[in-house]
Amino acid sequence: MSEVPSELRDEIPSFDSKPAHVDHGPIDWSGLTSIRTAKSALEIGSIVALAAAVFFGLEGILRWTDTPTYVFPKPIDIVRTLANQFTDVYAHHLWVTMSEFLAGYAIGATVGLALAALITQKPFAEKVIAPYVLVMVTMPMIAFVPFLRLKMGFGSWPLIIAVALAAGPMVMINAATGFRRTDLAKIALARSYGANTFQIFRKIRFPLALPMIIVGFMVGSIFGLLTAVGGEMVAASEEGGLGERLVYYSSLARMDEFGAIILIIAALGVSIYVLFYFIGKRWASWEA
Amino acid sequence: MVLITAPRTVQTPAKLRINGATKIYESKSGPVHALEDFSLDVREGELICILGPSGCGKTTLLWALSGLHALTRGEVALDGRPVTGPRPNELGMIFQDANLLPWRNLRQNIHFPFEIKRRPVPRQRITALLHETGLTGFDGSYPRELSGGMQQRASIVRALAQEPSVLLMDEPFGALDAFTRDEMNLLLLRLWSESAQTIVFVTHNISEAIFLGDRVVVMTPRPGRLARIYDIDLPRPRTIDMMFEPSFIELIQDIKRTVEAGGRHSVEVE
Ligand SMILES: Nc1ncnc2c1ncn2[C@@H]1O[C@H](COP(=O)(O)OP(=O)(O)O)[C@@H](O)[C@H]1O
Ligand SMILES: [Mg+2]
Repeated sequence: MSEVPSELRDEIPSFDSKPAHVDHGPIDWSGLTSIRTAKSALEIGSIVALAAAVFFGLEGILRWTDTPTYVFPKPIDIVRTLANQFTDVYAHHLWVTMSEFLAGYAIGATVGLALAALITQKPFAEKVIAPYVLVMVTMPMIAFVPFLRLKMGFGSWPLIIAVALAAGPMVMINAATGFRRTDLAKIALARSYGANTFQIFRKIRFPLALPMIIVGFMVGSIFGLLTAVGGEMVAASEEGGLGERLVYYSSLARMDEFGAIILIIAALGVSIYVLFYFIGKRWASWEA
Repeated sequence: MVLITAPRTVQTPAKLRINGATKIYESKSGPVHALEDFSLDVREGELICILGPSGCGKTTLLWALSGLHALTRGEVALDGRPVTGPRPNELGMIFQDANLLPWRNLRQNIHFPFEIKRRPVPRQRITALLHETGLTGFDGSYPRELSGGMQQRASIVRALAQEPSVLLMDEPFGALDAFTRDEMNLLLLRLWSESAQTIVFVTHNISEAIFLGDRVVVMTPRPGRLARIYDIDLPRPRTIDMMFEPSFIELIQDIKRTVEAGGRHSVEVE
């Protein structure tokens, strides 16, 4: 015998022109991706031309003023250093940072997503946990790396944990915003076809939350990367890592190499953004 | 005409029996009486229109019929069995807006109920329905790319593909312009005439109700009670021209008076 679905309890959704689920979180998908992207050849050409102008302009000024490398490295030298040293030295450190980041992010994002899905089912639990999540979100997790180092030794676990603690809450608050969306009309639709609670979750609540989940993944990954690099600057593992290299090269005033590492980190950050941009385009574009 | 409709009343058993339906919402500002002792027998295969001003409890009634909401008092029975929750195999619901899932294209939207029910998709039937509703070639489109009329047609295809024996429609064309609405009404009548379906069609538009219905049930303003039932003896198939005939216009005026009198007019007439 079927029952009246309890989550619809006496509410008739208002079928306005506005979708019922438009309650965005702190950051929303379009906010992150509505940066106007270049499309025409002219626009793309201009971007490249600007990059070239900055690159060679800087090079020209630094040569003209005869600035020593320890004050400011010349762009061409940075690129040359990067090309020469990448496979021998930098690739290893890139890998160290990436593996700490990926391991920590995988743990943090999974736990954050699962907690968001669970907690939004129980408004009471959500309210109790909210202040603690806020503390976790605002806390710089880098601060714990030296402490964890003391407890856990010189492996990569302190950094993995810090990355997880930085990325997890970010994923969680955004995903929770997504899961909190309840489009009664869509739920009623599914119920009218006999959907059970799990089907409602999988086919309605989850897709409805997906754009916010992707936002959480994106913001979480950027926080995770910052924490990985920052944590290495404070207390790297014995393997090093990009952050450890930054401290090392700047302490020796080897600014070409310092610049090369900065370039790698920048490329990493942009790649993450671009990756999520395309993920969002594929899975969240229905909302934009 | 009385001779034609009267025997039907006697012989056809009630497909849907609404008995003393009463709904009181508990709101912060106190209880809201939305529906009061509403009783009605819907005959098998008929297209019955429920007409009433906004806020008179039409949606409340329909959601109770669909098993999505519970009544405060009274009961609803479908084929003699009380409706205590959704009846996905017998009841189809068309909502006030198309209620398509925006992350799915049309075809995926139409497949949605089959996924929920874990049933094979009758591709030929869907293709035929898409053709009949003029949606051929749009099955890969996303809802936001389509007009309101096309979206609502897709939602009708979604419901009809399930072959429900009763279709509940809640002001399905309320948001459409007058021309599209006429078109949709004709389409609905054509689809209905090809099936044996019972349709409960809720609207606040008097001429739409007369144009579509075998009977028009007029409700009073809140709390919604049954004011009067009109038998509509316009011949079928119905055409738009009928809406300009004097008898049609007279009926509109009569129903209007019934609505305005909050049901008291009907007492005077009878
Ligand atoms: N959840 C609710 N709480 C309180 N009042 C409600 C609720 N839902 C509907 N109502 C009220 O009940 C009445 C009937 O609503 P509804 O069935 O939506 O009317 P209709 O569909 O005829 O416009 C309206 O006056 C409405 O304001
Ligand atoms: Mg309504």
